[in-house]
Amino acid sequence: MTARPAGVRSSHRRPAKRRSLVGWLFVLPALAFYAVFVLRPIALTFQYSLYEWDGIGPSTWAGPANYGKVFTDPDLFDSLVNAFQLIVFFSAVPVALGLAAAATIRRIAASRLALVARTVLFLPQVIPLVAAGIAWSWLLASTGVINQLLELVGLGGITRAWLGDFSTALPAVGMIGAWVLLGLCTLLLLAGMSKIDPSLYEAARLDGAGAWREFVSITVPSLRQEIAVCVTVTVIAALASFDIIYISTQGGPGNTTMVPGLQIYYLAFSEREVGTASALAMVLMVLVIACAFPIQWFAKDGER
Amino acid sequence: MITAWREAWTGRALLVLMMAVTILPFLSLFVTALHPSGTYPPGLAWPSDPQWGNFGKAFEAANMGELLKSSALIVLGVVPISILLGTMAGFAIGHLRVVGSRVLFVLFVLGLTLPFEGIITPLYYQIRDMGLLNTRWAIILPLIGLFMPFSVFWMRAHFVNMPGELSESARMDGANVWQLFRRIHVPLAMPAISSLGILLFLWTWNQFLLAIVLVDDPAKRTMSGALGAFQGQWGTDIPLLCAGSLLILTPTLAVFLIFQRHFVKALLQGSLKG
Repeated sequence: MTARPAGVRSSHRRPAKRRSLVGWLFVLPALAFYAVFVLRPIALTFQYSLYEWDGIGPSTWAGPANYGKVFTDPDLFDSLVNAFQLIVFFSAVPVALGLAAAATIRRIAASRLALVARTVLFLPQVIPLVAAGIAWSWLLASTGVINQLLELVGLGGITRAWLGDFSTALPAVGMIGAWVLLGLCTLLLLAGMSKIDPSLYEAARLDGAGAWREFVSITVPSLRQEIAVCVTVTVIAALASFDIIYISTQGGPGNTTMVPGLQIYYLAFSEREVGTASALAMVLMVLVIACAFPIQWFAKDGER
Repeated sequence: MITAWREAWTGRALLVLMMAVTILPFLSLFVTALHPSGTYPPGLAWPSDPQWGNFGKAFEAANMGELLKSSALIVLGVVPISILLGTMAGFAIGHLRVVGSRVLFVLFVLGLTLPFEGIITPLYYQIRDMGLLNTRWAIILPLIGLFMPFSVFWMRAHFVNMPGELSESARMDGANVWQLFRRIHVPLAMPAISSLGILLFLWTWNQFLLAIVLVDDPAKRTMSGALGAFQGQWGTDIPLLCAGSLLILTPTLAVFLIFQRHFVKALLQGSLKG
């Protein structure tokens, strides 16, 4: 912001004040939509979370009981735990592979392979998550391509219906998320790499550093901000996941892939436990903000 | 020299492998879609007698004509209004710096990371009380509200960097605030506006949760929501389901390939939002 010396434009003060009023007229429509369809529902979610309500009849005051249920009912609590486990697949895998892919693409930037790779790796990001869910459900089915490939390399013994198996369903769902998010991370990191001063690499090479050493001591530290963005986006995608799981497993088998988003949907619209659904929704919203803001802060702090 | 050569080739091999994994689901969808409807084809196997007619069948079964129209109507309702409101608010907050613009900005930013599931329950009752359930307005109106944080954030980032002298000289010439906005700042903001438009198009087209909760009739949903219904109905007919999925993801793919450069740039900048 530019601080204007006081008094210099005193003759403009009245119009400036009126301009501010007009300015508010510019903000008002956006604010109205935001208030009616976002802020009000947030307040209502909080209100509902304090009541027991089946969505039809009268509601009874429940105080913090619904929140107690979120943290003590194993089904509800497990959905939160699952969401955090998904972070490993939604965040760690795409960021790690994305770094490797971006570093490679950068090294061969001029070649046709690099150009094609940029386009191809990005494809999963633009299709509906629902379509990704359907495609992968079929890929991971007992007669799907994954099992076919495993048999081809002599691992026929471990084939199974990956999304229907209690021990593999969550990792399998996680891999779908990793598949979707890999391209976004790769291109974000690639954009960051193009901003790194090439003389840093020249200096390192003069010191006899190999590619790995370059990567660890120049590339990764310089990408601090981009990595933070990737982590933020993917962590939110994991915590708030819904589409992929709704399509591929519906939270099953058992409760092994249940996540808060899907649980809220079931609680509110099939089990008619609006209060509990709302308490879980509040917890989810707070968790997302609690995860997103520190990561961003950390990155911006490092910049200064 | 030899290690550098080896490093380059492991890198390339890894890249090719990642591309193969990325393509695999599309390939699998495509090959499976060509098998006779109602069969249970094994993984990746080229059918002896490719059933190209499956795409036509799926087009009819999914009522694709209606769906395209419905999605287009929803996009036309959401995107232009969101852009207009977001640009106006971004202009007032970022450039005019109205009284309280900092507070307004923080208020909008708080909504940036909001998971839609968090407010879907009250939204359902609110839309019901407005009498809008099962209409396209049930998707359009909330989406405009839900897109406001990002749109305002995005446009503000553009307007904050516009030099104040630009407006001063226009004011000297007697332009009022609306003329200033319409004649000078909107034309200059076109790159930011078109990126925003691409992102909002994609997010609307792919919106799933609002569609399945607020609209029962698949023909009034977004493409993505309709695909969910299609899966429920045809989930056992794998080839037809695969053909339908391909048809439904083709429009986004086409838009992506046409506007590729713009698209990638917009999405990358868009993810910097948090």
